[in-house]
Amino acid sequence: MSAISQALAGVKVAEFGAYAAGPHIGKMLATFGATVVHVESRSRPDGFRTEYPPFKDGKPGLDRGGCFAIFNDSKRAVTLDLKNDAGVNLARRLISWSDIVIENMRPEVMSRLNLGYDVARKLNPGVVMISSCNMGQTGPRAHTPGFGSQLSALAGFCGLTGSSDGPPQLLYGPYIDFIASSLGAAAVLAGLDRQRRTGQGARIDLAQYESGLMFIAGSLLEYYTSGAETERARNSDPHVAPHDAFPCRDGRWLVISCWSDREFHQLAKILGRSELDEDPNFVTVDARKANEKALSTIIGEWSSSQDASEAAAQLQAMRVHAYPVNTIADLFHDPQLLYRRIWRRRRHGAIGDIACYFSAFDLSDTPGDVTGAAPLLGADNEYVFCELLGLSGEQYANYQSLGAFE
Amino acid sequence: MLSAYRVLDVSNRVGWLAGRLLADLGADVIRIEAPDVNIENSDWQAYHVNKRLLRLDLHMPDGQATFDRLLASIDVLIESVQPGDAIAQHLDWNRLRTANPRLIQVSVTPFGSKGPRAGWGATDIELMAAGGAMSLAGEPDGAPMRVTVPQSYGWAGAQAAIGALTALVHRTANGVGQHVDVSAQAAVILASSHAAAFWDMEGINPTRCGAYLTGRSIKGARYRAFWPCADGYLNFMVYGGPAGRRTNTQLMEWMRERGAPLGVLERIDWIRFDPKLATQEEVDALEEPIAQFFLTLTKREFLDEASRREMLGYPVSTMADIASDPQLSARDFWQDVVRPDGSLQRHCGSFAVIDGVRAPLRHAPGEEVDVATLLAELGIGCTERQFA
Repeated sequence: MSAISQALAGVKVAEFGAYAAGPHIGKMLATFGATVVHVESRSRPDGFRTEYPPFKDGKPGLDRGGCFAIFNDSKRAVTLDLKNDAGVNLARRLISWSDIVIENMRPEVMSRLNLGYDVARKLNPGVVMISSCNMGQTGPRAHTPGFGSQLSALAGFCGLTGSSDGPPQLLYGPYIDFIASSLGAAAVLAGLDRQRRTGQGARIDLAQYESGLMFIAGSLLEYYTSGAETERARNSDPHVAPHDAFPCRDGRWLVISCWSDREFHQLAKILGRSELDEDPNFVTVDARKANEKALSTIIGEWSSSQDASEAAAQLQAMRVHAYPVNTIADLFHDPQLLYRRIWRRRRHGAIGDIACYFSAFDLSDTPGDVTGAAPLLGADNEYVFCELLGLSGEQYANYQSLGAFE
Repeated sequence: MLSAYRVLDVSNRVGWLAGRLLADLGADVIRIEAPDVNIENSDWQAYHVNKRLLRLDLHMPDGQATFDRLLASIDVLIESVQPGDAIAQHLDWNRLRTANPRLIQVSVTPFGSKGPRAGWGATDIELMAAGGAMSLAGEPDGAPMRVTVPQSYGWAGAQAAIGALTALVHRTANGVGQHVDVSAQAAVILASSHAAAFWDMEGINPTRCGAYLTGRSIKGARYRAFWPCADGYLNFMVYGGPAGRRTNTQLMEWMRERGAPLGVLERIDWIRFDPKLATQEEVDALEEPIAQFFLTLTKREFLDEASRREMLGYPVSTMADIASDPQLSARDFWQDVVRPDGSLQRHCGSFAVIDGVRAPLRHAPGEEVDVATLLAELGIGCTERQFA
């Protein structure tokens, strides 16, 4: 940790989570200085360690997974067997130590393990505990299992992506999980701040489904107000033209949108087609919407002779909205992202150098950092339970012989 | 949880969600709009419910003077100033922090407030392009696509709320505010999950895969993700592993109960079934009877029965499906507010249930507060000297 005091220095977090929705909350807190302990067991390691590629050199292994690595940097990893009394005992000590407990198991799993909020609050009245699951802790479908990739369909996102005359489209990975983790992080931080001021704890029930709906709240309100259903419409906007992605000479795509006649005037100049500005087919936004296809052809002809980055810079210089469509590889050399040091390379114990995502925000006085690559399974058992929780060497060995760390 | 705090929101569309989230968590959020700004559209209303509205023109000296008087008593300011904006000087961080050292100023802009492209203009489609999300949606051989409803503003606003609260926790401990600089472009990267790891570790550049999932079979087979049903589409995958096993065997049982022809499915041992080893011919053959069965189901039937059987898969919801989902009404997710004209308006309620309660929405969108009332609430006397 750097010498600068971080915003969340001294904040203690225990994470009984796996995959994305729980661990991503912990990652965001760890980036700004919280001590985050990720709890797994040897018999049930985090599914992101084992179930999904990429793996180092294409070979699966508990510590070789990129999926786990990307959501767990800057944390400590411990193993506890929660089917073993000794393991549960240590889990309770961990909860007693924590300011924040994050869990994203199915409802009631934590209670069955005797680690639910009712138990946690007795151990630690100030604890802020968040439970994040597909449907929330209550309701007729509370116990429905589900993957975030499919929940993104239930919450409307897949149906809102694609052409009106084609099928819905997949979004990459468990899209909605990261909406839920973002909203969840906001909720635990609010709870933490209240705890720091008043000593009061909090129980946060976060449904990933409901979190996702906050990202389409305007369309839902529109439906309730007018009965109008927002439907997928490729890249078009109901009130704007052009508003699309256009292919470029270098194989990349370029997004352009014009939100005023002035902007379209500038675009027409850059296209070398100033006459479009007076063409009745394109002179107003209504005309451009009505002739959007013809307009797309004209812009597409131009873009096909351009490189995306240079074209975007030229358009932006004339105050026209434009950006190259970055592929994932492009994100690693986008000049603005480089400036913000979004990717920070750290040494991973099994994978080697690995790029870790920093944060979408910078703080002026307490800048945060990626303090280390994701930990190996159980790497911090001794540090966490002896240094942080105060077990003696003898006690630690005793727990070990009881199988607590399996 | 945040009822001790007051927030001023002068952001543009990219930051609106931030104030809404802080309001849902209990903060008193005051939205400032110039007198002539029209607020009668669904997006404005949905993201400004739970805030109060103060009509103030920050481009006029009067408006600026009032803003400065309010400043001393607020905890968080959310703005979207880009370099060169007319209001930039007035909202300059060094000026504001001198006036109120406890202030947390959150800048939510397309690319962040500094850097080579900080001054570039961007709306949702440029941000979804810049953050990589568009490259991952659409048909593999077609154009990259955005989600039709703007998402980048959600990603940015959520990160802005996290930034504000991280700074607030620090201020509670240390007494000083700070500047939070949010990049919507960087926030959108979160939508691409672990895709970056493929490029970083293997040099594989992930691409869009349309309505099918590829890369699961070593023989190159693609698996259908979206299935037409009686009244729309279902999202269902033939998975392997323990989760897939339960789903697949439950589906077989369900099809048998309904007398649906199983075809080649009869012969598949789901305990041994491994999607990694299937050829496209095999996948097509096993998907055929499933496709026929799904055509006989409505979305709601599928949702209820799949849930009862603890199967993986969900319908592809429309707005109407979401609005009528009993799970959401059972959890009091929808909340009605009374608009200034007396009519009822239905909104997504506060986003989380805290200590067993979903906090009611306190203010209809556009509920106005005037300057005098606000100053009185803040305990700021009319004679108080303004700072420079």
